[in-house]
Amino acid sequence: VSDPHGGAGRGESGSAAAPVGTTDTETYAAQLSVAARHPRRVEILVGACFILAILSVFALGWIFTQRGNPQIEGAMLFVLFGGIGFGMAAWGKYLMPRGPFVEEREVLTSPDAQQAFAETLTRGEVAVEGRRSFLLKLLLGAMALMGAILLFPLRSLTPVGTSADGPFYKTEWKKGSLVVDEDNKPVHYDDLAVGGSLTVFPHGYTDSEDDQTLLIRAGTTPVAPPDQPEKLDWSPMGYLAFSKVCTHAGCPVGQYEAELQKLLCPCHESTFSVLDGAAVVFGPAPRPLPQLPLMLDSDGYLRARSSYGEPIGPGFWYRDAL
Amino acid sequence: VTLINGRNGPVGVRGQAAEVGKKAAVKQGKDIDERLGLASAGRWLLNYIFPDHWSFMLGEIALYSFIILLLTGVYLAFFFVDSAHEVIYHGSYIPLQGVKVSEAYASTINISFDIRSGMVIRQMHHWAALIFLGAIGIHMCRIFFTGAFRKPREINWTIGLTLMILALANGFFGYSLPDDLISGGGLRIAYSVAESIPFVGTWVAEFLFGGAYPGSQILSHMYVLHVFVVPLIILGLLGAHLGIIMRQHHSQFPGKGATETNVVGTPMWPGYMAKSGGYFFMTFAVTAALGGLAQINPIWLFGPYDPIRISTFTQPDWYIGWLDGALRLWPNWETHFPGHMIPNVFYPAVLLPGLIFNILYVYPFLEAKLTGDKAYHNLLQRPRDVPGRAAFGAGFLALFAVLLLGGSEDVIAVAFDTSVQAVVWSLRIGCFVIPAIVAAVTYLLCKELSAVPSAGKRPAGNVIVRGVDGGYSAQPAQRHPWELELHEELEPAPVDVTAPKTEPALVGAAPRASRGPAPATSAASAVVQSTAESEIPGVRMVSRQPAPGQPAPRSGRSLFFHRRHGGPGQEANGGSANGGSANGGSANGGSSGDGASGDGDSS
Repeated sequence: VSDPHGGAGRGESGSAAAPVGTTDTETYAAQLSVAARHPRRVEILVGACFILAILSVFALGWIFTQRGNPQIEGAMLFVLFGGIGFGMAAWGKYLMPRGPFVEEREVLTSPDAQQAFAETLTRGEVAVEGRRSFLLKLLLGAMALMGAILLFPLRSLTPVGTSADGPFYKTEWKKGSLVVDEDNKPVHYDDLAVGGSLTVFPHGYTDSEDDQTLLIRAGTTPVAPPDQPEKLDWSPMGYLAFSKVCTHAGCPVGQYEAELQKLLCPCHESTFSVLDGAAVVFGPAPRPLPQLPLMLDSDGYLRARSSYGEPIGPGFWYRDAL
Repeated sequence: VTLINGRNGPVGVRGQAAEVGKKAAVKQGKDIDERLGLASAGRWLLNYIFPDHWSFMLGEIALYSFIILLLTGVYLAFFFVDSAHEVIYHGSYIPLQGVKVSEAYASTINISFDIRSGMVIRQMHHWAALIFLGAIGIHMCRIFFTGAFRKPREINWTIGLTLMILALANGFFGYSLPDDLISGGGLRIAYSVAESIPFVGTWVAEFLFGGAYPGSQILSHMYVLHVFVVPLIILGLLGAHLGIIMRQHHSQFPGKGATETNVVGTPMWPGYMAKSGGYFFMTFAVTAALGGLAQINPIWLFGPYDPIRISTFTQPDWYIGWLDGALRLWPNWETHFPGHMIPNVFYPAVLLPGLIFNILYVYPFLEAKLTGDKAYHNLLQRPRDVPGRAAFGAGFLALFAVLLLGGSEDVIAVAFDTSVQAVVWSLRIGCFVIPAIVAAVTYLLCKELSAVPSAGKRPAGNVIVRGVDGGYSAQPAQRHPWELELHEELEPAPVDVTAPKTEPALVGAAPRASRGPAPATSAASAVVQSTAESEIPGVRMVSRQPAPGQPAPRSGRSLFFHRRHGGPGQEANGGSANGGSANGGSANGGSSGDGASGDGDSS
């Protein structure tokens, strides 16, 4: 290696790209000399970087004794890693052989080698000739079956029994289910003013995700879409109840805009018209939110007139068969 | 790796010290080689050449951020609890005191506020994941637009693409593990997406979630996938990715004596190892600064997941954002068969990404088939060299951008005080129009640029000096010392600079462009013409021709940086530009992008 400080500077010898691994320091002195014009300055720079990194370690140690602080820790880690990194990179870039170095590519492929490989491969043919090919088929069959049977224990990943019911086929809403709020408190017809909304559940199932239903007071008298007068019975005192699980991707449809009588899903902006049986007016939701028929019991509490007439929530392959 | 570590780099090792060091190295190498037989493979590794180009660091950022993910992830795994079991929070974060939360959420809050350096490490982990995916994306763009996926590197393209998909999935798992309000909503959508797959959807969803939604097991299932299964696969494929690169060697940009059959650059030892090792620490440093100073995913502000609650203006991390955008923009169609249906979300969230990834998987083979190109390619292309590919890639990226915007349509609508409907419809149309426009513009731009060899190069000023013999010659103007230090000193061109500088070649070349006070347009075209000629190595150069037997350097082909002064093409460019300056400023940019417009005017 030539003297990095003195001679062997730029342009003092032929500067062909040096073959890699060359030991011919005479010919390739220019390539093997360091890259920096002022190596001394770089040495000082690199040294300063490393010293800075060491100092930051002490700062980190101190901050740990002070129960830590994310900002200072982040900044000090930046100095620590940055000092080491920048120092190393500057060292590598300025104080090491500047090259350029050149390496011939190895030829990846040759017909001879391919031929030899194929010949070696065919050596194995004797093992699977004639009747023995049946053995090979047996072996492959055993392995395939082995793979299949090893998948069986995975069945435990999902609790046995739930799939028979399927997801989202049925909710706990039944005829006569008492409508309660999050705290299991029954909802009286006085509870909501017109324009108010509340998330409700069937009594006893306040933790159930599927059963969440949005109760809306759209007016003081029953409301139904003009073409579905039979639904007038479903909304006593102007109370409407829709499944809160979006028919698009299952997000809770929680935003009720009373002035526009619209429901909005905050996930993908599907918009439903409250007075039109939660029909989709905009967005990617493909179906209206299922409506829960309501009635009032003798004490004035809201109850379900029946269950949802259809599966709630997003679609799935055999939904139409249900 | 340090078989011959007695040689402590070229600095400060001389004379006897060097001899002693070498002897020690030989002794060590002998000891190891006698047991493992590694000396020749080790030497091969130390000599492995890495081409010098900044864009080759993009893959390194991805690799290093993955290492950061592993390191920080191990620390987090000690303290994270993968359970949806509900507990009452009693930690040091006062606003959540007494709130019923899942153990997963509570442990994440604990990591953030009660574990030593937990906040920094957690945020570093999240930032590193974003950097990981971002670096993969940009790295892939580099590979795509420079044609680095061509034979023999198609296999590595498919492996890299698989790595990206795995990284995407694992990012989503990790993002969902804290069980906060926003990520919980994302999981609900993920369930619907899994459920939407024809035939098997409900089973897939239930296996993932451990039962019908919300299921009891999703957190522990995701945890195993996130910390064990997916990282293991990534690690294996990463090994294959790097192994194949080493076997095939890096591709490289033309220039500096690079050919199809060689590699020009920095060897692994010592230069590259120091530079790249330093680069690893610098990546670590930036991630640490972000982790400590830039808040990310503050789940204590979002609150724990509650299926009946959701927040407006919620967006997933950006790498999932384009899928969320597709969900928002897709029309409300559902397909019905007798007794069966294909739900709405299947198309934007399963079919669309499936289609996109499959197009990307087959692209290298498709392009080879369309062009009939079966040759080996070790030299990279500039995007402009293949306008069709550049247009395709740019259009693809534009589609991603529109979809990503779609993921924030609500935020956009509020920001621009317009309706969500208007934004959605604009973006729905934009999905088709914008990629088409971007592709067309890219195509035309590439065509224009490739017609002008000098386009994209910075002008290099020259000065005319009078030599001792009384003749005149052009020399590159003195640049700022900083530039000299970085570019000229560090990258000596493989040119014999000791050849006698007797012939004032550039003075001879200059008048060609500046003969007479010609109109600006013709001067510009003359400049372009002379530049085109100078692309042939050594033709116009007299004073600095490569010595016989040495590889002739290609003239200016740098993507973004100005050329060094040593290149022959540069000399000719500079000379003509200098001469042209007599006509006024217009010709001065003869070797810059101005030349492109000049050419356009005159043709």
